[in-house]
Amino acid sequence: MSIPLTHILFVSTALFFIGTYGLFTRRNLITMLMSIELILNSVNINFVAFNKYLYPDKLNGVFFSLFIITVAAAEAAVAIAIIINLYRNHRSIDVEDVKEMKN
Amino acid sequence: MEYSNYIALIPLLPLAGFVLLGLFGKKTFAKSAGIVGTLFLFISTILAFYTAYQYFFVNGKVNGVYQPVTALQYTWLQFSLGMSIDMGALLDPASVMMLVVVTFVSLMVHVFSLGYMKGEERFATYYAFLGLFTFSMLGLVLSTNIFQIYIFWELVGVSSFLLIGFYYDRPAAVAAAKKAFIVTRFADLGFLIGILILAFYSGTLDFGTMIQRITGTNSPVLAQMTGYGVVGIPVLSWALTLVFIGGAGKSAMFPLHIWLPDAMEGPTPVSALIHAATMVVAGVYLVARLYPIYLIDVSVLKLITWVGAISAFLAAIIACTQTDIKRVLAYSTISQIGYMLFALGVPAYGEAVNTGYTASLFHLFTHAFFKSLLFLGAGAVIHFIHTNEMGNMGGLRKFMPITHATFLIACLAIAGIPPLAGFFSKEEILITAWQSNKLIYYIALITSGITAFYMFRLYFSIFYNKTSTHSDHHGEGNLNMKLPLLVLAAAAIVVGFIPFTHFVAANGKGEEITISASFSIAPIAMALAGISLAFVLYFNENDQPQKLATAIGGLYRAIRQKFYFDELYLFITKKIIFNGIAKPAAWFDKNIVDGFMNKLGWATTGISERIKALQSGSIQSYTLYFFGGIIALAAVFIYLWT
Repeated sequence: MSIPLTHILFVSTALFFIGTYGLFTRRNLITMLMSIELILNSVNINFVAFNKYLYPDKLNGVFFSLFIITVAAAEAAVAIAIIINLYRNHRSIDVEDVKEMKN
Repeated sequence: MEYSNYIALIPLLPLAGFVLLGLFGKKTFAKSAGIVGTLFLFISTILAFYTAYQYFFVNGKVNGVYQPVTALQYTWLQFSLGMSIDMGALLDPASVMMLVVVTFVSLMVHVFSLGYMKGEERFATYYAFLGLFTFSMLGLVLSTNIFQIYIFWELVGVSSFLLIGFYYDRPAAVAAAKKAFIVTRFADLGFLIGILILAFYSGTLDFGTMIQRITGTNSPVLAQMTGYGVVGIPVLSWALTLVFIGGAGKSAMFPLHIWLPDAMEGPTPVSALIHAATMVVAGVYLVARLYPIYLIDVSVLKLITWVGAISAFLAAIIACTQTDIKRVLAYSTISQIGYMLFALGVPAYGEAVNTGYTASLFHLFTHAFFKSLLFLGAGAVIHFIHTNEMGNMGGLRKFMPITHATFLIACLAIAGIPPLAGFFSKEEILITAWQSNKLIYYIALITSGITAFYMFRLYFSIFYNKTSTHSDHHGEGNLNMKLPLLVLAAAAIVVGFIPFTHFVAANGKGEEITISASFSIAPIAMALAGISLAFVLYFNENDQPQKLATAIGGLYRAIRQKFYFDELYLFITKKIIFNGIAKPAAWFDKNIVDGFMNKLGWATTGISERIKALQSGSIQSYTLYFFGGIIALAAVFIYLWT
């Protein structure tokens, strides 16, 4: 017996909304970054699950997840670099303190 | 030598002077500007005289008729086949004559200014402007094309404006420059419309072709122009009247004369050049240029006659009451130009009289010499005494013998005393008037008496009247100022003997104007009467003039105030045009046109103020919008877009 697709989709949806919730409520930039990673991972799960269950003879979904993981790694590097610089200037990584950057 | 080799140099040399002095005058030529400008013009003058010699005596005449020669022709703007704005040089008796007059008088003025304007702060600028004016005027007289004449017409207008307002620190000069510009511009609007009508119907802008097409036998253009009318007046009459309005504005004819007396705020040599000898006769020249077309339309010629005659008469009367010597001369100029114009127009009344053209241009020719002499003489007097007011002068003959002698010659010339130049040309005008219309003749005769009176009033008031209280502190002026006076005086004596009628005539062949001695008696008697009256009233200081002025009371005041023309214009412009048209227009502009744009602007800023709050800089609200947007899009695509 196998796990039906819907179970996996439930997991990924839960992960997505947990990430979204974290993104909205946290004020700490690092935590927000982690929330974004959660969202990306929920998407990865979706891709892999759909690939496995609907088109088992293709690898498109897997490749997409690989790409997303790569991009997420790069994004994390850039984001953390920005956050470190911000900390050096402001002595804070609170998102409320970044408002002045709108100009 | 072919004309085309050098004719362009005549106008272009003064232009070169203008450019040179205008660009580098302040530093390089601060002292030598006068010499440089004069030198350029001197070469121009020699070339102009050479041209005149070639044209009149060597090769202008073909089969006994002076042919118009197109010495240069460049197509500048081509609208359609046959319709183009050209730049070129047209030589015919009238334009060659004008060439000589303009360069000669301009040269005299250049030389005179060397002394008169010496030490002036903007000396180089002054000479640059003189160069610009001379260039424009020469371009005007050489025009081959009615649009070319219009371009140069505006250029002389603008250089006149610049020179009237030369002393720009005086409010009166600034106001006068503005007035001259606006009044002539207003008249030029008529000129432009006239040009457009003529060009529309004849399909060309070239003078020769236009005249040929309109005046040709059984000309379809003429039939079209006389057949169709606006307000009951044929199109041809409209066109010619509008062109004449342009000419009347430039020539300061009644009722557009108001700018010329004020223009005397400019430096006096400028008045001699622009406002006596050259630019103000451009109107006469314009009518003369299109004379074959004018001859077709008798009604317009009659209008010209009456405008000329009324201007001649009214201006002469006003001149009798003015106390500023330059203003007297200005009104005298208006009066003399009136003579020229009615001489052009008066043949409309006679059947076989075609001497008007010759007489008019002859008077233009002689007038240029003696009137510029009068102005330069007045300039010398003003230079000596530092005022324009007649009342502060008197008894100057001892201090300024040369000015005195030359001024007397010019006065006699303008009064029409033989054998000076003015006598001959005025006689020709009078005989033309006599043969055509007796009423005009009598107006002209009386005016010539008044002319003699006011000129000698001026003469006696300056040089006799009372003993001078001035000391001879700086002499009469240097040679630069005396030489032009002497040369022009010599010209004023001899130019009357030039057999002008053989050279300049409407048909190119030459006219025979015979004047019997008995005809001359009346004008000379009038002139002598005028002089005698001036002698009685002004030779010695007495209270006769004052008594006479009080005796005619209100009339005198009206004349003194120039028949309230300025007041009338002010009333029309300030009260009627400003309140009736300008103010509503300004209201419309401010509230409707500007108002709409302002409201639009305010609405934009208002909306921006409101939506500015959205861009808070808070990343989380951005993400919220972002997700909100995605959810909305998802909703649209899932539920609505099926």
